[in-house]
Amino acid sequence: MMAPENAGAVQPNTAALREFRLEIEEFNVEYARVLDEFDLVRWAEDFFTEDAFYRVTGRENFEAGLPVGLIYCEGKPMLKDRAFAVLETTTFAPRYLLHMNSNARVTQVGADEAIHAQSNYMVLETLVEDKTRIFQAGRYLDTFVRQDGRLLLKKRDCVYDSLIIPNSMIFPV
Amino acid sequence: MAKKKSPASKGAAPGNGGTGYKWPDEGFTVIPDWVYTSDEIYARELELIFEGPTWNFVGLEAEIPNPGDFRRTHAGARPVVMVRDADGAVRVVENRCAHRGAELCRPLSGSVKEFMCPYHQWTYDLAGNLIGVPFRRGLDGEGGMTDDFRNEEHGLRKLQVTTRNGVVFASYSDAVEPLEDYLGAEMIETFDQTFDGREIRILGYYRNTIPSNWKSYHENLKDPYHATLLHAYLVTFGLFRAGQRSAMIVDEVGRHGVIASARGDEPEIKAETRELKAFREDMVLQDGRIMDLVDEFEGPWTVTMQTIWPNFIVQRELNTLGTRRIVPKGPHAFDLHWTMFGYAADDDEMTRHRLRQGNLMGPSGFLGAEDGEALQFVQDGLRHSLPSQAFIGLGGTEEGTSTSPISESALRSMYRYYSEVMGLR
Ligand code: FES
Ligand SMILES: [Fe+2]
Repeated sequence: MMAPENAGAVQPNTAALREFRLEIEEFNVEYARVLDEFDLVRWAEDFFTEDAFYRVTGRENFEAGLPVGLIYCEGKPMLKDRAFAVLETTTFAPRYLLHMNSNARVTQVGADEAIHAQSNYMVLETLVEDKTRIFQAGRYLDTFVRQDGRLLLKKRDCVYDSLIIPNSMIFPV
Repeated sequence: MAKKKSPASKGAAPGNGGTGYKWPDEGFTVIPDWVYTSDEIYARELELIFEGPTWNFVGLEAEIPNPGDFRRTHAGARPVVMVRDADGAVRVVENRCAHRGAELCRPLSGSVKEFMCPYHQWTYDLAGNLIGVPFRRGLDGEGGMTDDFRNEEHGLRKLQVTTRNGVVFASYSDAVEPLEDYLGAEMIETFDQTFDGREIRILGYYRNTIPSNWKSYHENLKDPYHATLLHAYLVTFGLFRAGQRSAMIVDEVGRHGVIASARGDEPEIKAETRELKAFREDMVLQDGRIMDLVDEFEGPWTVTMQTIWPNFIVQRELNTLGTRRIVPKGPHAFDLHWTMFGYAADDDEMTRHRLRQGNLMGPSGFLGAEDGEALQFVQDGLRHSLPSQAFIGLGGTEEGTSTSPISESALRSMYRYYSEVMGLR
């Protein structure tokens, strides 16, 4: 089975990379918090570059090089449109969501100072009067860039192993 | 309000197909709960509908371009393998070893010369014929198959296969009519607008489980009423809005349908629409490209959603194209397998346009997600409350094609057909 991009790259154990990893972990903790709180306005506003690419897709597609996304956003305006649609107009059953992420690692630092990284994520979903279930397990394949001192996502590809989605995926991951 | 009834005139009425269920005397303005909840009804549906004289959609030829290419898929509820034979023909075989029943094809897709069962390594050619049995003659003169063992009697179960413009259908029945007759001229017209013979490019897959009865999915796509109410994206951006030119087209038999609308074909937005919850004047897209329409299809419609009985939906929503395959999972759930596609001739920008517009559909689509949620609401409601029946009286008792979206005419047609096939009358 094909591994995600850069999976084979050895991570040099340098202090600089450790710094990056810590920074990415802090980024992801904050990212998970806004999603747990359904704060999609912040999600769209605070974590991405203006031209960011965000996609959620099944591992089957990713490994076959198929471009489709459950969510497919080219640029921040599309992220904002999704945030508005979900928060203001979409009909869905009430739920709680918990976002976990771990195993962040830097896979490559590009010549342009772009940081390629990946981490694992999991989303737990609880519907009213129902048991908590693992909604999705997957990997973030990221490209970060630094703007005004802060890391921002230039690309986040969320590649999920859980190929069968339990009903609808209302919120981004 | 629907009248409360005991579990639907259940009793030993004649003409109930042996199920003990009989369609209510009110006719087709009601739908009894048990069509959505009964295990017995579900078992009969598999036998009489999915495994009866119908054409199940299994996949697209573009998924298996070369000899030996295969994909795991389903015909109705049953796992099958769609494979390109050495001679180029498409075969569909049951994914079940003739020896002891193991599912022999485990990967989602791939390419092989032959199929080998992982358990005892019986091998089959691409058409499903048994070609090898290890230790067939035993060992040292002992064991092995008896002399009367014939390979021809132990192949994989082969389904009837037919294709139209790259779309593959399979049937368990030898008595099924030709696809063209099965679909009828009107349905073929819409079908051929999307599948006009242009080479197809697969863009990818989605799968989800919708905790609702499989028929609810047909209903949802034969129900223009909900389209004018539930979906803000449809109503606000004029993809489907009361007052617009639209049609709910039903085939002569009542089983297939096309819900169609023409965007922009509306003199003014009706006052009734402006009052709807789903009409959001304040919804202004930051990136309007999702609503762009590249004019690429024949016919008057910008949207056609076609339901082909019993398991197939052809989605053409502006320029986002997809097939959906219903895989029933008991009365209370079905899986939906979505295949998003474009055409081989699309340039990069057209492909990205389709992908961006894909945000409308699928388990996370602005429309798709709401349908999944609504269908769960329905199943939860009728599964857990006192047995009763749905009331579908919009448009009176008329059946067949309707040009008013405020009609449940197509649902009545579907249930007339259904009740006949199921022997419920
Ligand atoms: S079950 Fe397939 S070879 Fe035995
Ligand atoms: Fe809908």
